Amino acid sequence: MNYKAFLIKYGEIGVKGKNRYLFENALLNQIRYALAKVDGEFEVTKEQGRVYVEVIGEYDYLDTVDALKRVFGIAAICPVVHVEDSGKEALFEDVKKYIKETYGQKEHTFKVNVRRARKDYPIKSMELNAMIGEQILEAFENMKVDVHNPEIMLNIEIRKKIYIYSEEIKGPGGMPVGTAGKAMLLLSGGIDSPVAGYMVSKRGVEIDAVYFHAPPYTSERAKQKVVDLAREISVYTGPIKLHVVNFTDIQLYIYDQCPHDELTIIMRRYMMKIAEHFANENKCLGLVTGESIGQVASQTMYSLACTNEVCEMPVYRPLIAFDKQDIVDISEKIGTYETSILPFEDCCTIFVAKHPVTKPSLKVIKRSEVKLAEKIDELMKTAIETTEVIEVK
Amino acid sequence: MECYLDNSATTRVKKEVADLTYKLMTQDYGNPSSMHLIGMKAENYVKEARNQIAATLKAKPLEIIFTSGGTESNNLAIIQAAFAKKRSGNHIITSKIEHPSVSNTMKYLEENGFEVTYLDVDSQGKVLASELEKALRPDTILVSIMHVNNEIGSLMPIDEFGKIIKNYNKNILFHVDAIQSYGKYNIRPDRMGIDLLSVSGHKIHAPKGSGFLYKNEKVNFKPLIHGGGQQEGYRSGTENVPAIAGLGLAAKLMYDNLDEKTRNMRELRAFFIENMSATEGISINGPLNNDEAAPHIISVSFKGMRSEVMLHALEERGIYVSAGSACSSNKPAISKTLLAINLDKDLLDSTVRYSLNGDNNKEEIIYAIENTKEIYAKYKKYMRH
Repeated sequence: MNYKAFLIKYGEIGVKGKNRYLFENALLNQIRYALAKVDGEFEVTKEQGRVYVEVIGEYDYLDTVDALKRVFGIAAICPVVHVEDSGKEALFEDVKKYIKETYGQKEHTFKVNVRRARKDYPIKSMELNAMIGEQILEAFENMKVDVHNPEIMLNIEIRKKIYIYSEEIKGPGGMPVGTAGKAMLLLSGGIDSPVAGYMVSKRGVEIDAVYFHAPPYTSERAKQKVVDLAREISVYTGPIKLHVVNFTDIQLYIYDQCPHDELTIIMRRYMMKIAEHFANENKCLGLVTGESIGQVASQTMYSLACTNEVCEMPVYRPLIAFDKQDIVDISEKIGTYETSILPFEDCCTIFVAKHPVTKPSLKVIKRSEVKLAEKIDELMKTAIETTEVIEVK
Repeated sequence: MECYLDNSATTRVKKEVADLTYKLMTQDYGNPSSMHLIGMKAENYVKEARNQIAATLKAKPLEIIFTSGGTESNNLAIIQAAFAKKRSGNHIITSKIEHPSVSNTMKYLEENGFEVTYLDVDSQGKVLASELEKALRPDTILVSIMHVNNEIGSLMPIDEFGKIIKNYNKNILFHVDAIQSYGKYNIRPDRMGIDLLSVSGHKIHAPKGSGFLYKNEKVNFKPLIHGGGQQEGYRSGTENVPAIAGLGLAAKLMYDNLDEKTRNMRELRAFFIENMSATEGISINGPLNNDEAAPHIISVSFKGMRSEVMLHALEERGIYVSAGSACSSNKPAISKTLLAINLDKDLLDSTVRYSLNGDNNKEEIIYAIENTKEIYAKYKKYMRH
């Protein structure tokens, strides 16, 4: 089938009162961004509350649909066939050809839905509905009309050309990125954090990220892995500004000064502080982590309470009640799983104690942190100043 | 300073070699099988390389089969020798410290009905002649033992092994994996009882994707790779002329002034060991004595520090080494060689390999020693629990 355009259906945006144009414009931008990487030339337009992707010249259909399926805010993608307006008889033939190529002689119920964007078309919509319906019934003996609950909604739009479409490809849903502010994602090399970034982004949030690098404990390959993960989710989230923080000296200092079973909690508290610093610097409205209750010692309710306490900014944890397998399923679906499981050490596992605290008390942790008073501010400052920023897209 | 001490993983291609290779890609790029002049020119480069390599082994040119490298040479030699000799028996002998391109090939043969004996090594990583003698059986058809171990540099007395094998039964084929030793030692296959000998190009400053198998002219087996019948049918596929010519030149360069170059490496090795072993917590694996070890490989264990951390810390200072033996993959796996020499369990994951080439100088070695010691002093207290 020679599809020459796509009608983009959007879900939730439709209900956003006066701000609706902002949401639509964001959607248009995101569609253009996604299609920039596809072979072909596209024109993305908005008219009368409908978004169209018009194709100019040759293009790759499958790649185009794949790209559109990754644009948050799209509820469904309808591939459209264009025909010239050469009178009603020609239109009947075109419609019959369309039905034949799309559905063959299979048994279906259908309804015709004509819409005249061009009001100077000589036949009224209702009349044309009936005429086309009759034509189809005559030509396809297995087709039946059902106006209430049709299997096939055959849409015919009379514009400069005539648009015919009936298929719907499911989009990712959600809201277009750029409609909900920005958040700072704590991105490790694991399975969870890329999924967390994806999920928050799905609600329209732009994402920047921070990664804690601990050479010589973590390697250049571990860092490359995180850059790759950022690139993989940027397909959905749009460009990501990735902050690579050298965390080694802070980690070693904590190791020197604090009880070893508290290392992970204390370390994570400083990670949150640094992440919050960059979040403020980049006008983010919150932090995002991949934490899920009870997954590891540092993610018990007690531990989360301790790490949360250092932040003034809200911390969003979209995976908080997810089982590991559910997270794995999403990471496979969005394409980050294979990268996530590459076997490079990340900075959280370097000094994991055999029996880390699972019920840390904030009072005790804070008492331990007093021992860091001498140098920690200086080390934090250095870590922030030496942070490398990588633009990922 | 940048100090590349991972020459057992791979080496830098020599400038002359790279120049020649480039010329054969852009100017004399013919296919040796083509009948025209350009094809003949290419054929002559292959002949020249064959002659150069044969000269280093005092072998005949037709005994050299060019391959894609050490792994292919080992596969070709072991698999095809085993199948060629199948009617005489199905017993093969090898050691416990072979490179995966040998040990995994042996596994494949075991799956195909052969029986393989894996010889133990002593604490220095040496296969003992007495053990080999005991393992030989009437149905033994093939012995495959490496000349120099790639992880700890232990040197095997292959000429003695050759004698033992051929005295027992001259029909048993003797294959030597010489990937770490070619270009460091004079090897005379005909006098050492060696029937098959594997060499890799990129370990001797030739391009990756080059290598050869020496096959004694009396040995006959079927090819592993079938096709247009190039190289007397032993290895089909259009000859990789640039790499082959580069390999020939690199081989010649390795054997020019061989003694002088290995003497230099031996001195550096001895200097490194002397300066390193005095530090508490640092120990050297394999033979300390220069006569029993390859001149270019030094295996060092750091008590209480993971090898990966040492590797990356050295990397930050421009020094490049391997963790254990990283020749095969990124995946940290426990080294079979280190297990075979009964290395202390705590040191298995704390061992780093430094490997030299003929151009390393004392200044670089001093830089490596000083930085290694400094790093060890800084990080050894941060042990994982």
